[in-house]
Amino acid sequence: MVHWTAEEKQLITSVWGKVNMEECGAEALARLLIVYPWTQRFFDNFGNLSSPTAIIGNPKVRAHGRKVLTSFGEAVKNLDNIKATFSKLSELHCEKLHVDPENFRLLGDILIIVLASHFARDFTPACQFAWQKLVSVVAHALARKYH
Amino acid sequence: MVLSASDKTNVKGVFSKIGGHAEEYGAETLERMFAAYPQTKTYFPHFDLSHGSAQIKAHGKKVAAALVEAVNHIDDIAGALSKLSDLHAQKLRVDPVNFKLLGHCFLVVMAIHHPSVLTPEVHASLDKFLCAVGSVLTAKYR
Repeated sequence: MVHWTAEEKQLITSVWGKVNMEECGAEALARLLIVYPWTQRFFDNFGNLSSPTAIIGNPKVRAHGRKVLTSFGEAVKNLDNIKATFSKLSELHCEKLHVDPENFRLLGDILIIVLASHFARDFTPACQFAWQKLVSVVAHALARKYH
Repeated sequence: MVLSASDKTNVKGVFSKIGGHAEEYGAETLERMFAAYPQTKTYFPHFDLSHGSAQIKAHGKKVAAALVEAVNHIDDIAGALSKLSDLHAQKLRVDPVNFKLLGHCFLVVMAIHHPSVLTPEVHASLDKFLCAVGSVLTAKYR
């Protein structure tokens, strides 16, 4: 089980409380697809991903980004039970979606950069530490049921 | 990972906007790396790593200078950083994984101070550039 200090929990929840799911989710997923174009392999049915402009404006990217970030929010709400929270999603990503867990790490780091751009100096080194820990724990939980 | 012409333009653009802040950002990058990834501190047992440390400032300046040098010779990063590459291979031997961590923290610092500069396209180019620098510095490891 992951141990969170009271300070880490506070840093995570206070940032999360101010996050716009729709905007942040869309931006994080769009950046993932732009910065690491090979990740587009999972989204053949998303239509036009031919340029950064197309990706950013793509409604399926926006919708899916929001979905992914909302799901991430479940981790924030269940910090003491992340493994169980993502157990079924882990199975899904392995058995149905066939996503290499490395992609969870890539998305986690992109999310951190998006948060940094929105929160600027409020995203302190201590805050970054707590969030790097969170994205790492989430990535780990999503990879846990792989076989 | 090959840098395209537009990657090079994007990276040069970022560094011209950073201007005189490069040294300060170098120090902040290190500070964030040490905070977010404590294992990176193992390479600096001889340093005072507290916030505002003169040694971190000095080392941040060196890191920034190396990045600027790479940007100024972006068509031949390997040539520009050849001596640094030797140093990392023979003396420092920093595990290759750590260059990614440093690169990530540099992107975080850019996002904080210049969010409008770090468009997705520029983010991609800068990430590629930082990967290329890391590759050069570890190229002679074995």
